[in-house]
Amino acid sequence: MLSLFVIPGHDRRLIPEGRLSGPMPWVIAIMIFLMVLATATGLAFAEAGRNVSDQLSSRATVQIIQANPDIKAQQANDAAARLRGMALIEEVRVLPSEEIEELIAPWLGQTAEMQNNSEADSLLDDIPLPALIDLKLIRPAGKKELEQLRAAIKPLAEGARVEPSSGLIAPVISLVQSLQWIAFGLVALLAMATAAAVIISARAALNTHKETIGVIHLLGGTDRQISRLFQRRIALDALLGGLLGLICGTAIILLLGMQLSALGSGLVQSLGLSWYSWLIIGAVPILGMTLAMVTARMTVMGALRKIL
Amino acid sequence: MNEIVQFENVGLRYGAGVETLSDLSFTLYPGSFYFLTGASGAGKTSLLKLLYLAQRPSRGLIRLFGEDAVTMSRERLPGFRRRIGVVFQDFRLVPHLSAFDNIALPLRVSGVKEKDLTTPVAEMLDWVGLGDRAEARPATLSGGEQQRVAIARAVIGRPEILVADEPTGNVDPEMAVRLLQLFEALNTLGTTIVVATHDIHLLSKVPGAQMMKLEKGGLSDPTGSLRNPPLPRDRA
Repeated sequence: MLSLFVIPGHDRRLIPEGRLSGPMPWVIAIMIFLMVLATATGLAFAEAGRNVSDQLSSRATVQIIQANPDIKAQQANDAAARLRGMALIEEVRVLPSEEIEELIAPWLGQTAEMQNNSEADSLLDDIPLPALIDLKLIRPAGKKELEQLRAAIKPLAEGARVEPSSGLIAPVISLVQSLQWIAFGLVALLAMATAAAVIISARAALNTHKETIGVIHLLGGTDRQISRLFQRRIALDALLGGLLGLICGTAIILLLGMQLSALGSGLVQSLGLSWYSWLIIGAVPILGMTLAMVTARMTVMGALRKIL
Repeated sequence: MNEIVQFENVGLRYGAGVETLSDLSFTLYPGSFYFLTGASGAGKTSLLKLLYLAQRPSRGLIRLFGEDAVTMSRERLPGFRRRIGVVFQDFRLVPHLSAFDNIALPLRVSGVKEKDLTTPVAEMLDWVGLGDRAEARPATLSGGEQQRVAIARAVIGRPEILVADEPTGNVDPEMAVRLLQLFEALNTLGTTIVVATHDIHLLSKVPGAQMMKLEKGGLSDPTGSLRNPPLPRDRA
């Protein structure tokens, strides 16, 4: 690829070049800008999905359903003690009833101001809330691990349920994955649009320089010599446009990143980009340039093959 | 003597039209000088296009440098084209290149290093009387000057065959004689020269040259035995 940029000056003059003079670099800049944004979105969703999934995959919740609060508390403590003794378990935490009430408060229409209200208290008293035990396992909670946990708890609390935490957030993960693939699909569509723009540009350039190409051909110039000139021209256009697109795209990503951080809530906060995501984003203009060059070469070689 | 060009029953048709050239059979020998004459529209330029590999014939056999030029693969054509110098009727200079760069073009296409081409190109510019116009673009040159650049470009690579389409059409008689002298000099060095012209007076300027006359797309002597009518120079 490097040889493209070291074509001697006199050869380069065969096809006049003008930097940023035609629409091509600007079209590529816009395409790369959009590709950078779409790539960053896809990568951010992928990382968010992975982070959440990683965090929850080794977690499970034990629900002890028992109408009698005293028996429920006893069963919860017994179950917690049994679980603490298991090699599979890394961490066990019995959620205090205040925390459980806090968790369900938003669904009951409770506000912070109402929490001391006697009416609200009596409403919570009327609801038979289960006891919850939050578990962290030493490995992801698969079918086998869940069966082990159920078998351990069943003799202590007949109606206990063991649920993997990842199951609770599965629809969200599925949505995040869909958004991720939509973003990557957009990148593919933009790449195709870029290739189409390059084809049009290469054909126009071929048409403009038809006479010169004809002369070079008749003087013994090869298709490769001629296509290199166009490849170089389009590669430089793509590189300039790509860098411009990358700079603008990166600025927008950083700005959005700051705004998302300020929101500070759950899944949104996990929408970050790791160093390797930044590497991929940085490679977008290079990939765009390579795509433009290959497309230009194929277009020019195809057109030259049609003439003798 | 081995033939450098051999045509056997060659016909050329553009699209679905009538044949522009038909049943051409002749042989050209290395180091010979040929004039191709004929009225306008007789097919001179079409015949030259076949010679400099800008066109393939519709039928017949063409052998060039001992190889079949009709079925030759596209990949091999550039190598053969580099052995042929062409002076186009419309010059075909590259408009954005200087006279120097236009003349240097065949050498650069052939991969000659920059340091090795400066002297021959400068000498060629001097020879065609354009030493002081090296940096001039074609648009700023007169028709005659452009033609001289075109001729210099055709001969700079010391081709084995030089094909010239009306090379003296835009130059004054004195320059025409000088150009023919250049062609003769190249011919003496072994280059086969084919000059298409409708100027019958030119024929008398090159003693020993042979003539091919085209009439309505065919050779006037269909046997392919070329006539040798030019008069010795002192009788011209």
